[in-house]
Amino acid sequence: MNPLELAQAGPGEAFTVTFDGRPLAALSGQTVAAALWTAGVTAWRSTRGGGRPRGVFCGIGVCFDCLVTVNGRANQRACLVPVRPGDVIRTQEGPGQDDD
Amino acid sequence: MTERAHVAVVGAGPAGLAGALTAAARGVRVTLVDGADQAGGQFYRQPARALGARRPEALHHQWHTWERLRDGVDRHIAAGRISHLTDHHVWCVQRESGSFAVHALRGPAQEEGVTVRADAVLLATGGYERVLPFPGWTLPGVVTAGGAQAMLKGGLVLPGGRVVVAGTGPLLLPVATGLDAAGARVAALVESADPRALLRHAPALAAEPGKLAEGAWYAGQLLRHKVRTLSRHIVVEAHGTDRLKVVTVAALRKDGRIRPGSARRIPCDTLAVGHGMLPHTDLAETLGCTLSEADGTAVRVDDEQRTDVSGVWAAGETTGIGGAALALAEGHIAGRSIAARLHGTAPDPRSWAAAARARTRLRTFFTALEAAYAPPAGWAERLTDDTVVCRCEEVTAGAVRTAAGSLGAGDLRTVKLLTRAGMGWCQGRMCAPAVAGLTGCPLTAGRRPFARPVPLGVLAGLPDD
Ligand SMILES: Cc1cc2nc3c(=O)[nH]c(=O)nc-3n(C[C@H](O)[C@H](O)[C@H](O)COP(=O)(O)OP(=O)(O)OC[C@H]3O[C@@H](n4cnc5c(N)ncnc54)[C@H](O)[C@@H]3O)c2cc1C
Ligand code: FES
Repeated sequence: MNPLELAQAGPGEAFTVTFDGRPLAALSGQTVAAALWTAGVTAWRSTRGGGRPRGVFCGIGVCFDCLVTVNGRANQRACLVPVRPGDVIRTQEGPGQDDD
Repeated sequence: MTERAHVAVVGAGPAGLAGALTAAARGVRVTLVDGADQAGGQFYRQPARALGARRPEALHHQWHTWERLRDGVDRHIAAGRISHLTDHHVWCVQRESGSFAVHALRGPAQEEGVTVRADAVLLATGGYERVLPFPGWTLPGVVTAGGAQAMLKGGLVLPGGRVVVAGTGPLLLPVATGLDAAGARVAALVESADPRALLRHAPALAAEPGKLAEGAWYAGQLLRHKVRTLSRHIVVEAHGTDRLKVVTVAALRKDGRIRPGSARRIPCDTLAVGHGMLPHTDLAETLGCTLSEADGTAVRVDDEQRTDVSGVWAAGETTGIGGAALALAEGHIAGRSIAARLHGTAPDPRSWAAAARARTRLRTFFTALEAAYAPPAGWAERLTDDTVVCRCEEVTAGAVRTAAGSLGAGDLRTVKLLTRAGMGWCQGRMCAPAVAGLTGCPLTAGRRPFARPVPLGVLAGLPDD
């Protein structure tokens, strides 16, 4: 059993996004965090001080531990932002710098 | 034509939905504002529509109550009595002469400002989980228990394959059963409370047989699925380098100390941990609403669910933690009071007698639960000096101890200025209870200027007044 089976989900066709250059499959409706969890990724940020890895902690937008860079925009909360086809997701280093 | 009286309800969880339905049914125009893309709040969090779940109820409890709420709100929306602004994150509610401006940021990027003007406001923003630190709690794979539940209900995903659920409080039961049903292997449920503490509060708890039956149902599920439950145990440390691999658990003695020789290691890739909940009070604080003296962490309301700021009501976990049924009762009462007051009449409390009785019973019940599930004495002493306490600013327990010790800080604000604990992105929401516990300072309101980070462009675009 997995959660999709349990809820008898019929998601649309999976699409591709990249995480640090690596292609991953994602489902429409999921957040960036949910897509990364599905792919077995649990860390996508390294802290400013200690360079320590972080990912989801609170899951509801309160803790800001899940910050990530999506399509060049830093400091996006992965647990809130919906994943979209072709998203370029990158590990956020420290405070994060927008690409452009 | 005169505009009908208008209330803005912030939060579309059980409390906000009950308040919106009740007020709308009594002729009040309602704008329901919520950050999520669907109604439901934490308890009734729905899978994203695009996931096409045909059986979302498999992840839920009390689905019929949800259907009644959802259908009622849909009817009022169709009739134009309720408008529901989804994906709107409220960052501030401002009092203007005789009315209110509810400022929100739209969309997942939260960059576009939207303002709703209303005659009254109902704050139903719920709460968030309290997690007290322990060595290793910042490792990826360690998540809040409610967070694991929220990701499961909303995104139909699991954090990992082998999970330990730990901490204290009634939320751990639905989280463990939910993860188990969805295919995770729950290696252990580790609860620090002593079941005998529940017995001590037996009269207050027995007055709520429905809630007890719910607890018993969850316990039965855990037994059936052979989930090992360790009471009076805690997670001492989470181990791993870049992600969680193992947790060490140990038994507690009566005095809250660890029973020597009881430590054992449980391999797992996920630790879902929580130590109760805290109310969201930031919008109320900026409006100037008084928080309750008892612990300073909940919005104070009267019998009608009015705060002490005229025109502002509050219901649900914003006013104190007590679960979905209490949130419904409070929302119902608030909705009736709002309708009467906006129509210029005094409400008749007899019209909500049943909800008021439920409110009294459930508040008593949760006060007893809270006492039984208090975090174990001695948790703060067990923190090693190098344990990170403030996750955002990476401030350690040692630094916090120094601030309160040799530097003499006597309140959370001073500790924050000296150490930066609470100055980061989350504005102390995560670390404040831990800093208070470590230093002996009272847990006071955060006094955050905004409930959400606001882009400067949105601030600059507001009219001067
Ligand atoms: C992560 C999590 C998971 C939980 N899971 C369970 C569970 O499985 N079982 C259980 O019995 N209890 C659970 N709880 C407890 C649950 O909070 C309560 O039982 C119940 O949902 C409280 O109802 P409420 O209406 O007061 O608040 P909530 O249901 O929390 O609703 C509050 C709503 O307000 C919105 N909101 C908050 N702040 C803002 C803002 N600034 N702008 C816009 N919208 C805002 C939120 O998006 C949310 O929809 C959980 C709590 C949390 C934090
Ligand atoms: S996990 Fe806490 S904000 Fe995303």
